[in-house]
Amino acid sequence: MHDFTTAFLEALRLIAVADASLMEIVWLSLKVSISATLLAAIVGLPIGALVAMGSFRGRSVVVLLINSLMGLPPVVVGLIVYLMLSNSGPMGGFGLLYSPAAMIVAQTVLVAPIIAALGRQTIEDLKNEYDEQLRALGVGPVRAIPTLLWDGRFSLMTACLAGFGRATAEVGAVIVVGGNIDHVTRVMTTAIALETSKGDLALALGLGFILLTMAIVVNALVMGLRATATRAAYA
Amino acid sequence: MQRALVDGSRAHRTPILPVIGKDLTVERGGRHILKAIDIEVGGTGTLVLIGPNGAGKSLLVRVLAGLVRPSRGEVTWAGRPPDRQRAPKVGFVFQRPVLLRRSALANVEYALAVAGFARSERADRASAALTRARLSHLAQTPARVLSGGEQQLLSIVRALATEPEILILDEPTSNLDPAATAAIEHLVNAVRAEGTRVVLITHDLGQARRLGDEVAFLHRGRLMELSPRDAFLAQPASAEARAFLRGEIVL
Ligand SMILES: Nc1ncnc2c1ncn2[C@@H]1O[C@H](COP(=O)(O)OP(=O)(O)OP(=O)(O)O)[C@@H](O)[C@H]1O
Ligand SMILES: [Mg+2]
Repeated sequence: MHDFTTAFLEALRLIAVADASLMEIVWLSLKVSISATLLAAIVGLPIGALVAMGSFRGRSVVVLLINSLMGLPPVVVGLIVYLMLSNSGPMGGFGLLYSPAAMIVAQTVLVAPIIAALGRQTIEDLKNEYDEQLRALGVGPVRAIPTLLWDGRFSLMTACLAGFGRATAEVGAVIVVGGNIDHVTRVMTTAIALETSKGDLALALGLGFILLTMAIVVNALVMGLRATATRAAYA
Repeated sequence: MQRALVDGSRAHRTPILPVIGKDLTVERGGRHILKAIDIEVGGTGTLVLIGPNGAGKSLLVRVLAGLVRPSRGEVTWAGRPPDRQRAPKVGFVFQRPVLLRRSALANVEYALAVAGFARSERADRASAALTRARLSHLAQTPARVLSGGEQQLLSIVRALATEPEILILDEPTSNLDPAATAAIEHLVNAVRAEGTRVVLITHDLGQARRLGDEVAFLHRGRLMELSPRDAFLAQPASAEARAFLRGEIVL
């Protein structure tokens, strides 16, 4: 009990004084997860849009695949990216393993299917609603895509936030490809996982608070977006 | 010879009329929903399309607007098959308005952008179109929070903003109160007076009398007749139309 109280107070102190090593970890986490979410959006949204707009053979199989990839276990993603980036792997030449870049790649692979799948659903629903009206106005398929993306903007932003939430919370992928190296690849989740087992409860708890706060902020943003969209009937 | 481009709009370079349907047949699941319809919509005035529920009225106008391909037969706009470039000159108002998730003004501006109007013109044209329908106070309101009647009016305004040659309205006043109905009828008559060809579907015989120059009667996918309004209302040619006017079920 005494241990816990000490750790708890120390954790609060670390946050209050913005402890350098704590901030370094938080900052790296944010950099990795934000970069990964942006990349995943760049890859995932066009894929979602193409599948939503397209009518090709095997389309429902593609939809099923993308939807299934949403639930990819992070450690499996970590393992696959590890194999790709390891010295004997196809992209081993870049020497990315155990670097922040490797973690960004892994989280991008993890998050892109989420954004693609949720984006696909949003765009497809909107397309079904708009299709005849847009054609009546003389809108062709090329022009329809930006229209659908813009009109689905609130749902698409929500999809990106969901992806970001997943990226910040996962530990399996980043620990396999990053390795939790101090000052290099140590992010919040890997630090919590490993510092706890080493007995540095204060740091782990402090990071836990911050992670929880971030989850709350992300969800507050989602709720705010929903409310804005509903108020204007843009949802 | 040089083409004069005096008018910024493409109105005079993209003729639509006459809209002609030949042998229009639509088959769905082995059922013939439209049956060998021949129809020509040219000239001026308002053509009112009436007929029982499920007769195929909505489908017929969608085929004529190039939105649905017939299983057999063909549609031409001024002698050529429908194409996307001329679509803005065919104003189409769906029974249930589909408005974009933007402001009322932005909805109209969008239609103008698609129709190829220059960016500099769009805002002015869109505002003028809203003002005409007395909707200018709602210009910045998100289109989808407008009332049913306002949405219906807005979708007519959007269809008219691109200066169509023909305006097709699918039951534009069902579900509207008398004042909103009057506003829409007033607008339709004003547009007609300016020379826009109007095709209007309605179940309201009073509206057919007030707005129609001609009446077409559709029954079970067949175009039973197309006559001048007074002639039709006084003495329809077909037994089905006579029964319909008497309010008898002819499904
Ligand atoms: N894509 C489709 N597949 C199958 N049946 C269809 C399709 N589109 C229309 N129909 C059928 O065609 C018939 C005519 O439909 P339409 O909407 O044109 O009727 P309508 O005359 O406009 O009726 P209402 O007055 O009720 O609006 C209906 O029985 C409808 O079920
Ligand atoms: Mg109908």
